[in-house]
Amino acid sequence: MTALLEMRGIGKSFPGVRALNRVDLRIEQGEIHAICGENGAGKSTLMKVLSGVYPHGSYEGDIVYEGRTMAFKGIRDSEAEGIIIIHQELALVPLLSIAENIFLGNEVAKSGIINWPLAFQKTEELLAKVGLKEAPGTPVEKLGVGKQQLVEIAKALAKHVKLLILDEPTAALQENDSQKLLDLMLELKAQGVTSIIISHKLNEIRRVADRVTVIRDGSTVSTLNRDEVTEERIIRDMVGRDMENRYPHREPQIGEMLMEVKGWNVGHADQPRQMIKDCSFNVRRGEIVGIAGLMGSGRTELAMSLFGRSYGRFQSGEATIEGKPADLSTVSRAIDAGLAYVTEDRKVLGLILDEPITRNVTLANLAGVASGWVLGKGREHSVAEDYRKALKIRTPGVHQRVVNLSGGNQQKVVLSKWLFTDPQVLILDEPTRGIDVGAKYEIYAIMNDLAAQGRGIVMISSEMPELLGMCDRIFVMNEGKIVGELSRQEASQERIMSLIIRDGNENGEKAA
Amino acid sequence: MTSAKETLRTQLGGNMRENGMMLALLAIVFFFLVVVRAVQDVDFLSAQNITNLFLQNSYVIIMALGMLLVIVSGHIDLSVGSVAAFTGAIAATLTVNSGWPVWAVMPAVLVAGAMIGAAQGYWIAFWRIPSFIVTLAGMLVFRGLTLWLLAGQNIGPFPREFQALSTGFVPDLFGVGRPNMTAIAVIVVAILAIIWQNLRARNHDTAFGMQTGSPAMFWMKHAFISAALLFVGWKLATFRGLPNVLIVMSILIVAYNFFANQTTTGRRIYAVGGNEKAAKLSGIKTDRLVFFTFVNMGVLAALAGMIVTARLNSATPKAGVGFELDVIAAVFIGGASMSGGSGKVIGVVVGALIMGVMNNGMSIMGIGIDYQQVIKGLVLLAAVIFDVYNKNKQG
Repeated sequence: MTALLEMRGIGKSFPGVRALNRVDLRIEQGEIHAICGENGAGKSTLMKVLSGVYPHGSYEGDIVYEGRTMAFKGIRDSEAEGIIIIHQELALVPLLSIAENIFLGNEVAKSGIINWPLAFQKTEELLAKVGLKEAPGTPVEKLGVGKQQLVEIAKALAKHVKLLILDEPTAALQENDSQKLLDLMLELKAQGVTSIIISHKLNEIRRVADRVTVIRDGSTVSTLNRDEVTEERIIRDMVGRDMENRYPHREPQIGEMLMEVKGWNVGHADQPRQMIKDCSFNVRRGEIVGIAGLMGSGRTELAMSLFGRSYGRFQSGEATIEGKPADLSTVSRAIDAGLAYVTEDRKVLGLILDEPITRNVTLANLAGVASGWVLGKGREHSVAEDYRKALKIRTPGVHQRVVNLSGGNQQKVVLSKWLFTDPQVLILDEPTRGIDVGAKYEIYAIMNDLAAQGRGIVMISSEMPELLGMCDRIFVMNEGKIVGELSRQEASQERIMSLIIRDGNENGEKAA
Repeated sequence: MTSAKETLRTQLGGNMRENGMMLALLAIVFFFLVVVRAVQDVDFLSAQNITNLFLQNSYVIIMALGMLLVIVSGHIDLSVGSVAAFTGAIAATLTVNSGWPVWAVMPAVLVAGAMIGAAQGYWIAFWRIPSFIVTLAGMLVFRGLTLWLLAGQNIGPFPREFQALSTGFVPDLFGVGRPNMTAIAVIVVAILAIIWQNLRARNHDTAFGMQTGSPAMFWMKHAFISAALLFVGWKLATFRGLPNVLIVMSILIVAYNFFANQTTTGRRIYAVGGNEKAAKLSGIKTDRLVFFTFVNMGVLAALAGMIVTARLNSATPKAGVGFELDVIAAVFIGGASMSGGSGKVIGVVVGALIMGVMNNGMSIMGIGIDYQQVIKGLVLLAAVIFDVYNKNKQG
């Protein structure tokens, strides 16, 4: 066999972060190659290097494609060579038709005038190839996610794809759509198209992949042939890293039950899909509870649907705080009930960037600095000043606009805002995302303090070492369900991954 | 320390904006004072003209207060001119045709304004129809309703008590008459109140470790403001005293300044405009606040409608045409951000005065309406470019 693509010793750094260390990847002509790795292992960075999103010169190492060393300056260059990526978030224009989407930027045109009859005819041929029975004039928004994915593949075929890269293509699909997509991959393989599939789902990998490369911490760990692939082997390769002592010491003082959620069901806001399925979990006083899961497993959706029904359509479920039924039907009622939700997206959902620290800190509890209707600016200032000292927010003054603060300090401002509502239970969604190591340690220390005060902490994180280092118990989520609960002693990265992968397998078997 | 420098520059930037606006207003007044004297041999700052300035611009300032809240919350209201005309027409119908007493007409018209604001705000806040569309529709609908209600005719004249809303003056309670001692007393009290209030705010800021600029700067600025107010007060006193509408306007300015800066509701409106999603996730009922800003806008448009009607002494189908543009321009010249979340009451008042002084000065000079529009347009553009430039520089 000859190699279609070889990536040799690829390294890539961002300010303060080494995203890729030394990745070697060899893709044979005509194979389906799977890439596995934890969130943040460097899979998407690697694909961005390959497609030219990070242009030649911004990374180390060589890309050899069809025997030539490539120097892509942008996506257009890589697409011209037939390398096409289909991302998890589809890049289709919802209001345009299938035909318009397929030829977007690549129109069937002569001197700027589109030949619609020819475009429609070509579209029909492409749709036949991917097995999609829809009229070329159908607007894409009328199609389900599975069919949209097929449109994306048709679009790739229109560009004469040689190497098709699918980034977690089945993450958002129903089971039978997933099966169809995998069948299509095998069919394309028969037609000579080489594919890379990024996936966590072992049953999929077993079904379609010829070989698997596992990436961890920005380096290639192993490349396995189909017959070497076992669950244990892949999990070990994915997570097998040493746990360093990066977490402040804490003596858990766990008290009585604080918050309990039972049978929580939530639907998608405007699709008939079920997003959260019968979730139950609980947290006790002084306890830090983790929620683990892959991206798209429904962790944020669960948290936001609890917090004032800020996500989706509430269907059923009960929540109690301190043994009493908690009214969580609006955000302000949830706050009154003693719940706080610290968002994963602090810039979009957490902060008013153009306003100063003072105003951001008091936003969720203005009554706390007002006499009736009138704000006490002096009180507001001293509240902000107290949190600046307590949480060590580094700023020239509390009147600084938060847009000027670093990520870690911004996160502390969001935390301050929620602490000022004096919550019993805090849900922290990716509390250390995008902040540097030193600031992470400080956030962990704050969490420990809050637990020591007798509050309950629910920590959602994609970084498993962080969950293992901080949490007394860990709930594992997959596809909107809680698929397991592990105590501190039981919990390990292998156990978490295998809970997730087994659940994926069961779903696959049920459908098959 | 770069961060300390950054704060200083931010502070200066903020002050520069406000001080710059006042200086611009001053420069424009001075320009007309000189040019009008030279060209027309008329005193631009005569008692009569100063009185006129307030009578002509009060309704713009009053509506701009409401528009500020609408724009701060991230919306726009294009219908205010038509709403003012329609509410003026309602006032005329009730007073002249139905013979209602003035004390009943005024609250009734304000309630009508609130209902109009609610009718528009309902779609904007709860149905999420873009405010541009809803109020564009409102602009047409209420202009049409005005024509229908007036049957294309002017309705007037009004009883004296109604006219007093616009053309009345506060009598001299001290019995001197000329100069009007009430006017002088009110102005002096106002100056003292301003200095006391700002001094308190400044002491607070210093206590909180905010850079506040040098004391010399503070006193110079206030000496200036006091002198200007005393001058205006004296001129008004030697003419007919304080116009009623000036009193109404001043009370509203103080009230809205307090509302915007010192109340929880005011703060929340800024939060909604600054980041609606974050505000919502902080337990703020964003829909209701947006609804409220439109109801409030309706009430102020109704008040402005009555003032205009009283001034003309008749309701006319053409009343208030183009008001929305003056009002919106005043808010943006005053430094509000198009995307919502920022803007100050004082800035808006100064912005409205800049527009008003230019209208008045250019009319006296006999500059045609064609050039006037071009110049006003350019001033609006320049003010906003200045803002954007400043903001980019601050990074």
